[in-house]
Amino acid sequence: MISNYIVIPGLTYGSQLALGALGITIVYSVLRFSNFAHGEFMSFGAMSSILLCWLFISLEINLYPLPTAILVLPIAIIFTIFYCLIVDKLIFKFYRQQNSKSVINLIVSIGVMFFTGGLIRFIVGPGDKNFFDGERFVFKAKTFKNFTGLNEGLTLKTTQGITILITVLLVILLFWFLNKTKTGKSMRAYSDNKDLALLSGINPEKVVLITWVITGTLACVAGTLYGLDKSYKPFTYLHLVLPIFSAAIVGGVGNPVGAIIGGFVIAFSELIITFAYKKIFFYFLPSFMVPEGLLQILSTDYKIAISFIILVLVLLIKPTGIYKGKVI
Amino acid sequence: MFLLSGENITCGYGSVDIVSNCNIGVKKGEISSIVGPNGAGKSTAMKALFGLLPLKNGRVLLNGEDITNLKPQQRVLKGMGFVPQTNNIFPSLTVQENLEMGAFIDQSSLKEMLEYVFELFPALIDKKHQEAGELSGGQRQQVAVGRALMTKPKVLMLDEPSAGVSPIIMDGLFNKVLQIAKEGTAVLMVEQNAKQALKISNLGFVLNQGKNLFTDNGNSLLKNKQVRQAFLGG
Repeated sequence: MISNYIVIPGLTYGSQLALGALGITIVYSVLRFSNFAHGEFMSFGAMSSILLCWLFISLEINLYPLPTAILVLPIAIIFTIFYCLIVDKLIFKFYRQQNSKSVINLIVSIGVMFFTGGLIRFIVGPGDKNFFDGERFVFKAKTFKNFTGLNEGLTLKTTQGITILITVLLVILLFWFLNKTKTGKSMRAYSDNKDLALLSGINPEKVVLITWVITGTLACVAGTLYGLDKSYKPFTYLHLVLPIFSAAIVGGVGNPVGAIIGGFVIAFSELIITFAYKKIFFYFLPSFMVPEGLLQILSTDYKIAISFIILVLVLLIKPTGIYKGKVI
Repeated sequence: MFLLSGENITCGYGSVDIVSNCNIGVKKGEISSIVGPNGAGKSTAMKALFGLLPLKNGRVLLNGEDITNLKPQQRVLKGMGFVPQTNNIFPSLTVQENLEMGAFIDQSSLKEMLEYVFELFPALIDKKHQEAGELSGGQRQQVAVGRALMTKPKVLMLDEPSAGVSPIIMDGLFNKVLQIAKEGTAVLMVEQNAKQALKISNLGFVLNQGKNLFTDNGNSLLKNKQVRQAFLGG
């Protein structure tokens, strides 16, 4: 039961947060500012996937039992990257050329956040959209019970499985790129010591381009997977910025490994603290002793406060995060 | 005939001229040192030669070619290497990756140059895969110099290479500089440790308040009474 309500959802939500936090951390590390618009970039990615899904479904192209969203993901990624590059060219580049302070770029990114959010709502409307098709469960509780003979069933929704799998693949790809390729190393060098990197002949334009390509990809995948799992509602992504930033900071901002770990720390904390422990007590105690309420440490309404509290605690106790991060 | 020279250079940060009408240079396979008291304009002159600072007057020549208007990256391509005084390595990259970044623009003889650098600085061989930021001061300097050597520069410019380094390591470093010069690279250094630097220099430029004061062979400067009194402490 713990697995059903904590472990598996935790891994899933953690993966989504990890992908989001990776996007934040890479922009912070290379471009040296906090990109508050990342949540909306994720939303943009999800929107692209949805529009393409509708197109594909109307053309009757699909990939059953996988959701069509997976099929359109590569194209949606390209759209998202394009949007990021356009935003960079029209907006961020101006401030970069003026060598603006990091905090100015942050404020600019908030502007981009509001604009992108508005643009998305203009295109797809603010309502809820469920674009999941395909087999809903990899295996259901009953199948699992029969298979293993245990009392409680383990359920694995397709979206959960896909999220975890894709996240693992992307993370491996990203780390391979950063550590084994010349371009990846040049990005790490540029992040470490910008002046020395320029002296070494590293092309700053290329570094910026690749940063947005990676960020766009991560944002699109994270956004789409989140929307697949939970249903797409544009306003949700505005709220996701907080847990994502908390994840990046908790793990040590500027450090990719930290971003991943941070994602899971936040995800599991949120779930563990809002979990209805009543059911566990239900097992251990005789029925007349089971309390009335759900026995949550904090009610589900406080979910968002949890990442905020963790963030504040980390900043008070160990501001550089779990893995020593960069401070600009 | 100088391989690299700055002729009558005047430069500064903003409206104040830090360096006025200076002449500096280094010949192929030789070592030149720029020495002088604090604030004399030594590092400023060196940065101007590398293009990190625009010249208000004068010009910079490399192999007879006027490179005054070239950007630092272009000068690297022309065969110049520069080791800044601070922030001269990539701290989160390993020693090997630092050296690889040094050869970023010209990977053609990467393996050969890696071997050369490790031969020059054998202490780095064991630390190949260690993050450069974790090394001691002397080792970091070795990585910094090694990084600049990876493009086989014709001229190597060092800005206060002995800064923050213990005397023994400094000795070792200067020995390496001699070795590098012997193998044909011209070396131009700015140094606070005037005595040590002049001892190994073919040419010494004593600067004060942005102007050339004395220019002579290193050992002659060491014997010069005025120089000794003013800068070398008797």
